[in-house]
Amino acid sequence: MKFAVEERAGYTEVTAQGRLNMVGAPLLKAAVSDALESGHKLLVLNLGETEFMDSSGLGALVGCLKAARQAGGDLRIANVGEQVQMVLKLTSIDRILTPYPAVEDAYRNA
Amino acid sequence: MRHVIVRAVATLTVLTGANYILWRWEASVNWDVWWIALPLVVAETYSLIDVALFAITVWRVPAHRVPPTPPEGLRVDVFITTYDEDPELVLTTVSAAQAIRYPHRTWILDDGARTALSAEAERIGVGYVSRGEEWHGKPRHAKAGNLNNALEQTQGEFILILDADQVPTPEILDRTLGYFNDRRVAFVQTPQWFGNVPESDPLGSQAPLFYGPIQRGKDGWNAAFFCGSNGILRREALMQLGLTGYVGDIERRVRRALVAGRQAVHSARRRPGAEDPKVAALLASVDEALAEGSRRLAAGASIGDATFAVQSTVDAAVRALVAQDLELVTADAAALIAEFSAGIAAESGARHRAEARPADLAAAVERLAARDLSPLGALESVRDVLDQVSVERLHEAQPIMPLSTISVTEDMSTSMRLHAAGWRSVYHDELLAVGLAPEDLPSMLSQRMRWAQGTVQVMLQENPLTMRGLSWGQRLMYFGTMWSYLSGFAAVVYFAGPLVYLLAGVLPVQALNVDFFSHFVPFMVLNQAMFLIVANGARTWRGQQYNLALFPTWIRACTSAAANVWFGRPLDFVVTPKPREESQRENQRQRSGRHALRLVWPQGVFAAGLAIACIVGAARWILGLATDVGTVVNVGWAVFDLTLLSVLVGAARYQGFHTQTGGEEER
Repeated sequence: MKFAVEERAGYTEVTAQGRLNMVGAPLLKAAVSDALESGHKLLVLNLGETEFMDSSGLGALVGCLKAARQAGGDLRIANVGEQVQMVLKLTSIDRILTPYPAVEDAYRNA
Repeated sequence: MRHVIVRAVATLTVLTGANYILWRWEASVNWDVWWIALPLVVAETYSLIDVALFAITVWRVPAHRVPPTPPEGLRVDVFITTYDEDPELVLTTVSAAQAIRYPHRTWILDDGARTALSAEAERIGVGYVSRGEEWHGKPRHAKAGNLNNALEQTQGEFILILDADQVPTPEILDRTLGYFNDRRVAFVQTPQWFGNVPESDPLGSQAPLFYGPIQRGKDGWNAAFFCGSNGILRREALMQLGLTGYVGDIERRVRRALVAGRQAVHSARRRPGAEDPKVAALLASVDEALAEGSRRLAAGASIGDATFAVQSTVDAAVRALVAQDLELVTADAAALIAEFSAGIAAESGARHRAEARPADLAAAVERLAARDLSPLGALESVRDVLDQVSVERLHEAQPIMPLSTISVTEDMSTSMRLHAAGWRSVYHDELLAVGLAPEDLPSMLSQRMRWAQGTVQVMLQENPLTMRGLSWGQRLMYFGTMWSYLSGFAAVVYFAGPLVYLLAGVLPVQALNVDFFSHFVPFMVLNQAMFLIVANGARTWRGQQYNLALFPTWIRACTSAAANVWFGRPLDFVVTPKPREESQRENQRQRSGRHALRLVWPQGVFAAGLAIACIVGAARWILGLATDVGTVVNVGWAVFDLTLLSVLVGAARYQGFHTQTGGEEER
C-alpha cells in the first residue's frame, strides 16, 4: 500500500493506494497515526485508488476514526469505489462513516 | 444402511416417548400428591424433549469427511492461549506448534503477561502478545479478550487456536485448511482428547459422545460449534462479526444517549445552581447540540457525522465560556478544558479518570443530576454525558471485538453468531491434538461449572430459537445443547421419586400396573437402543453418570448465570486449572480428598437418603405396608440412582494420572 498526505483548505487529504486487507490494515493505521501526530486533525481518506477492502480494512478504518477523535479531530472517507461501497453496506459501517462522493465534500457541512 | 437404522430407531423412540408422556399427563398423574407428581411428570417431559433433540441431532450424521487439499501460501497464525499455566507446559505446546508442517507463525497469547515467557518466546523465535495499556481499567473479557487483543495485533488470514495444554500434531493444518477452499466456511473444529486420563476415566474427561455423534450430527445441520481450542477460524468472518457488533452497539448507545442526555440536561437546567449565567449558557448549548445530533440522525446522517457535530458544538461552547471568563481559568480548570478539547478519552484523561469513569449512561446521568452545578462541575458532568455520544466505544479497550464477549463460553456464542450471519462450519472428526484434562475433582467441577454457566448465559441473552439468520435445524442444535444443561432440576426429582415411595409410600403415578409398563417399557428400551446404536462402541456410561451426578453444579450454573445476566452479579469466573507442578501436586493431593468431599455434599446427602430408603422400603414391604411391584420398581430405581452417584466416589479418591509403570507422568 502507498499513502500520500496533502494539506488542503481546512482539512488534510490522505490517499490510500492498493489493497486494504489484513496486510494493509496496520499500514493504514500507522499512516493515519503519523498524520495525527504531525498535527493534522481533520482528515479525509481518499479511497479512490483503494482497489479492495475487506473486514480487516474496515476494522482499521474504525481504529483510525477512534484515533482521530481522541486527538480532537475527525476522519472521513471519500471517493469510494464500488467494491468498498459494497463492504461498507454489508457490514453497516456506512451507518457510522458516511462515504462522501468527493474529497471536497467531506467537511462542507462541518 | 446405518443411516436408516438410526432414523428408524430415533423415530420410534420419539413416538413411543410421546405416547408415554401424553398418557402420563392425561391418565396417570396422581394429583393427590401433586407436590411430587407434578414435578415428576414435568421432569419426564423435560427428558423427552431432551431425547427428541438428541434424535434430531443424530438424524443427519454425515459420512466421515475427507479434507480437501489446501492451496499453498495461505497466511496462518497459530495462537496458544495461556493465563497462569506452568511455562514449561506452554513451551511444550509451543514447540509442537512450531513443528506444524504447513508454513505458519506461532504466537503465545499470554494473559499473565509474564516477562520470563516473553523472553523465552523471543529466544525461540515465536511471537508474544499480551494486553497493552488500552486494557487498563476496561473489562478484560477473559479468553475472548485475550484473542481479540491478539487479532488486533496480527495479520494471519486463518487462525488455529490452541489451549496451552493442547499439543498439536504436525499435520493439523494440512488436514483442516482445505475446508476453507469453500469461501463460506468460517471455522473448522477438531476433537479434543486428553492424554493424561486412565482407561477408567474417573473424572469423565473424555467426551466421546460429544466429539463423536453429537458434533458430527450438528455438522450435518451446519451447526457444529467452535470449542475454544483445536479449531481453525477465518479472520474475515470474525472481523465481520466484530464490525456488525460494533455498529449495532454504537447505534444503540448513541440513540439512547441523545435522548437520555437531553433529559439529564433538562433536569439540570431546572436546578438552582443553573441560574448562574455561565452554567445556563453551557447547558443550553449542550441541549441544542444534542437536539441537533438527533435531527441529523433523523435526516439520515451517519452516526459519525452526528456525533462529531455534537462534540464540536459543545467544544465551541466550552471555549467561548472560558474566553468570557478569565477567572475560571485556574490551573485546574485549564487542565480540565485542555483535556476536554483534546477529545473525550485522551490518554492522560483516561488514566486520570480510570476509576471514576462511569461505565454507562445511567451513571453519567446520575452524576449530572447529583453534581453541584458550579461551572466546573457542570463542565465535568457534561463531559460524562458526551462520552456516551461517541463512536469510540470508550467503555471497551478496543472498538472491534470479533470474539463474542457476552459469555464465559465465547466459543459457542461466537459460533452461533457466525452461523446467524450465514457462515458455514465444519467438524473434522480426526484427532489432531492431545491435551491435558484436570486431574482432580475440584478442578473438574469448576471447569464443568464454567461450561454450564457460559451456555446458560448465551441462552438467556441470545436465544437461538428467536435469533435471526439461523435455520431451524441450527436453532434446534444450539437449543439442544442449552436445554441439556437444565438437567440438574430434573435429576433432583428423579432422586426424590424413590425416596418418597420407599420412605412414605407415596406414589406419584396412579398405579404401577400393566398400563404403566406397556407405555413406559417400549420407550425406555428404544431410548437405550438409540443411544447404543449412535454411540457405536464409544464409552458413554461415564458421561451419563456425570450428567445426573453433577446436578448441584448444573443447578448452581443456571442460577448464577441468571443472576449474572438479569442482575449483573459476577459469576466468580475461574480458569480451569491445568495439572500442577510437582511441588504443588503433593499439596494438592493431601487437600483434594477433604476438599472434594465438601464439594459434593449434596450428592452425599441424596446417596445416604437413598440407601436408607432402600432399607426402610424393604421393612415396609415385609410389614405389608407396600406392594411387591412398588417396592421392586423403587428399589431398582434407587439402586440405579446410587450407581450413577457412585461415580463421585472414584472421582473424589482420584489422585491424578500415573503411567502404567507406576511412575509420575512426564509433563
